[in-house]
Order: sequence, then structure tokens, then C-alpha cells
Amino acid sequence: MSTTTRKNPWLSKAAVNGALLLAVLYMLFPLVWLVTAATKDTGSLLAGDTFSFEGFDLSKNLSDIASYGDGVYFRWYGNSLLYAGVGAAVCSLICVAAGYAFDKYEFRGKEKLFGLVLLGVLVPTTALALPMYLLASKIGIVNTYWSVLIPVLVNPFGVYLARVFSAGYIPGEALEAARIDGAGELRTFFSIGLPMMMPGFVTVFLFQFTAIWNNFFLPLVMLSDRKLFPLSLGLYSWNTNTHSEPGFYPLVVTGSLLAVIPLIVAFVSLQRHWKAGLTAGSVK
Amino acid sequence: MKARTRAAATLLTPFFVLFTVVMLIPIGYAVWLSLFTEQQSGLGFGGSETVFTGLGNYTAALGDRVFRDGFLVLLGYCVVYIPLMVGGALALALLLDSALARAKRFFQLALFLPHAVPGIIAAMIWLYLYTPGLSPVVSAMHSGGIGFDFFSPGGALPSIVNIALWEWLGYNMVIFYAALQAIDRSVLEAATVDGASGGRIAFSIKLPLIRSSVLMVVLFTIIGSLQLFTEPLILNTGSGSAVSSSWTPNMYAYTAAFSRNDFGLAAAASVLLALTAALLSFVVTRLTGRKGAHA
Repeated sequence: MSTTTRKNPWLSKAAVNGALLLAVLYMLFPLVWLVTAATKDTGSLLAGDTFSFEGFDLSKNLSDIASYGDGVYFRWYGNSLLYAGVGAAVCSLICVAAGYAFDKYEFRGKEKLFGLVLLGVLVPTTALALPMYLLASKIGIVNTYWSVLIPVLVNPFGVYLARVFSAGYIPGEALEAARIDGAGELRTFFSIGLPMMMPGFVTVFLFQFTAIWNNFFLPLVMLSDRKLFPLSLGLYSWNTNTHSEPGFYPLVVTGSLLAVIPLIVAFVSLQRHWKAGLTAGSVK
Repeated sequence: MKARTRAAATLLTPFFVLFTVVMLIPIGYAVWLSLFTEQQSGLGFGGSETVFTGLGNYTAALGDRVFRDGFLVLLGYCVVYIPLMVGGALALALLLDSALARAKRFFQLALFLPHAVPGIIAAMIWLYLYTPGLSPVVSAMHSGGIGFDFFSPGGALPSIVNIALWEWLGYNMVIFYAALQAIDRSVLEAATVDGASGGRIAFSIKLPLIRSSVLMVVLFTIIGSLQLFTEPLILNTGSGSAVSSSWTPNMYAYTAAFSRNDFGLAAAASVLLALTAALLSFVVTRLTGRKGAHA
């Protein structure tokens, strides 16, 4: 292998980039299909005729989505924005506060407590959904916004990331200076620590937003009222209708495309942040 | 000093209150629930009552062939999926990290993008790409003389492995690539000067140095695999599909709880699944830890 590398660098360069390109094609093919399929009417979609210009009917698909069930799709969209936006914002603040405390303060049992957080990372969360459902029904919050919102406020891995970011972004001297100026500890966190950790906050926010936007099992267990569904659950319910009513196929496909766009935009525009998150997670 | 302890407590309290409510209490409650069962009282009139059954639900779950088969499905899934996932992500990361790769930012982004697609939507896209008639892939295969049924008993597992690979390969590749980028370049330069080839450097120097990332990805992949639910749920399209409604242990627990209202059995199944995850995490950490001590 080494001799080929030296004898013919062009060949191996082509091989390396060719292999990467093949992998990219595999990753992008379903997304390209989704985009073209979303423009098709039911007939040509069901004929598998996705990569031609026949049966182009994007505007009808969009208006069908908007009108079906009194515009319930956009209600789901709003719900997803609410669950993911509010959930990720609160979760990130909680994670950053805890990660900062683990990094900047010394107290008894600290590493044991942090070990508990790390154990939490390993818990299979779907195994918790069922007992959580029963608990939620006992206190009467099943099938409400709270039943989906409260569980997603916790992310042990976010605390781990926040601790790494706090150690990396906030020099101890910055806090000492604030203390000498007489600022209280909490005040120091909010006015100095938090702003310095902003890149870390955005990273945790991005990952939690994605996790909540993509969350399916918890809403499936908790919600029965269609008006409270997030997009994932709503599209799933449409998909189950396709067996008896093929007219739902364009709705599911076009609805899926619209549901994916915000996250694609976020990941393309916030590349620095998700790379930072995966780097902090990988180099421990 | 006291002010600092108080501040630390204040900053940690929100997390640990929620951690208790959302993780510790449900774990405890699942264990508690798994010890009870509902029994029809009298002649079946007047509802049912809850009675203590000890490990009855556990023996019932383990004695149920469907549940055991679910673990066999998981075993088959892990044996196929985990080597492909970890090996594939490592191979892509090493290719991208090699001096020969071009357009690294583009490749990284394009390979990562499927992670932005919700799992349920990814599963539905692939479902349509597997469905004869709907799918340009299936019709292309047909005209090429390949008749592969993605829903057949032999086809369902590869179909699901493919969906999971598509969702997670790029994500894990970025983790490995980030770890590779953090390797001290002078080590690699020294090896090059000594005449080591690109392949030799990748296997003898780079791989051992990113061992902890590999361990982390293996751990998370195992835990994710055990929870297999969404993809088979979507492929469970009724007649003609080899995927049943209790195909994996997680689906078994879900069906037990919401189709049969047998919460004790469902809780026992969930606890067994969580115990399996804990056991495997322990084994993986131990095995790799020992290897590290020898190296």
C-alpha cells in the first residue's frame, strides 16, 4: 500500500476523495429524493416517478398541507417550535449553571455527584418513558404541554459539555477580579461567567433543540390530543393513514421536507458550534 | 468560602431537582411497578385490583418467547450494525484526516447532515424508498434484475441497519475526525520522516491515540441500539412485513403497556432492558480499560 502511495499519488488521491464522494452521495440521496418527491402529485409519487418533471405540483401540496384539518400541520409546527425552543433554552441555562458550578467551585462529594451525572448519560431514556407516563397520569398532567416539556429539560451530557466549556472559556482570574470588585457569586455567574460561556451555551442549545425537535417516543407515549402533537408525532399519524388513503403520501412527504428545513439551516449556519460540541465530547 | 458553597448549591439545584424528578424517580417507580400485577377481582366485574407478585412479571417476561425473540433480534442487529457503524465511521474519519482528502469542510458537513433529520422522518423516507411502486430504487433494482424485498424476514434487519447507519454514520465520523484533529501533528510528522506509510500511521498511531473516542462511540451506539423502536415501528406496515408489533424489547414493552394495559409486565421489560444496558456498559468499559493498562 505504501509503495502505491509513493509511486502514484494521483491514484490514491482519487481513491480517497472518490470514497468520500460515494459516502456523500449515500447521505444526500434520500434528501434529494425528499425534495423532488415533495413537488409531486399523488399519481406520479405513487408511480415512483420522482426524478422527472412530470406531475410537478408543489403549490397544491403546500396548500393541501395548509388546509388539511383546519391547518393542524402549522399548529404542530408551532408546538415543535415551542417544545424545542423553550425546552432547549431552559435546559441549556440549567446545564450551563450546573457545569459552571462543577468547574469553578470546590465542595464535598463533588466528583461523586458528577459521576452520578455521567451515569445519567448511560440511562436508556425510552425505558423511562413508561414510568414517566404513569407518574404524569397520577398527577394529572398526561396529555398536556408540560408532560412533553418537563422531561426534556434534563440533559446530563449537556452538564458534562458545559463543565468542559467552563474550564476552557472562563479563566479563574476573571472571576477573582469580579470578586475583588465586590460582586456576589451569583451576580458573577450571570454577568461574567455566562457571557464568556455563550459559545458553549449555543452548542448545548443546538444539540438539545435538535434532540427535542426529533423526539418521538416521549410525545407518542404522553399525548393523545392531536392539537398538542409536535411535528414528529403528527407526521407519524399521517403516515399511518397512507395504508388506507394514498392521498396522504404527498402530505407526509411535503410535511417532512418543511420539518427538516429549519434544522438543516441551523446546522449549516452554526457549523462552528456543533463541531465544538462533538470535539469537547470526543477529547476527554 | 461559605458564600461560594451556597452559590454552588444554588446553581446545581435546578439540575438536580429535575434530574431526580425525570430520571431517579421514574427508575425507582419502574422497579416498584414491576413487582405488582393487576388481577381481575371476583368474576371479572367491578374492575381489577393490584397485587404484589414479587418477581412474577420478570419470570413472565423472560418466559415469553416473543420477548426472548426480541433480544435475539437485538443481538442480530448489534452484531451487524455496531461493526459497520464504528468501522465505517472510523474509515471515513481516517480518509478525511489523510493528507489526500480535499474539501474537508464540505465533506464533513454533507456527511453530518442526516443527523439533522428527525429519526421518525428518516425512517419514513427510507420506508418509501423501500416500498415497491413508490421507490425509484426498487424499480431500478427490478429493471437491473435484482428482486430484493426490504420487508421480508431476511430483508427487514438489513433495511433497519441501513436506516440507522444513514442517521448516525456522519455524526460518529465527526466525533472521530475531531479526535484525530486533536492529535499532536509532530508525532505524525516524526512517523512520516521515519518512513511510515499513510496506512501504517492510521493503524499504528492514529487509532490507538483516539481509543477513548472509540470507546465512547461504542458505548453510546450500544445504548442506542438496545432502545431500537422507531425504525422497526415504521417498517411494521402490517401484512407483508416481517416486523411484528413486539419485534424488539422496547416495542414489546410499549405493546404490553398500551395495547394490553399490562403495566407491570411492561415495567419489568423496561427494567430488564435497562439492566442489559448497564451490564454491557460495564463490560465494555472494563474490557477497554484493561487493554489500556497493557498498552
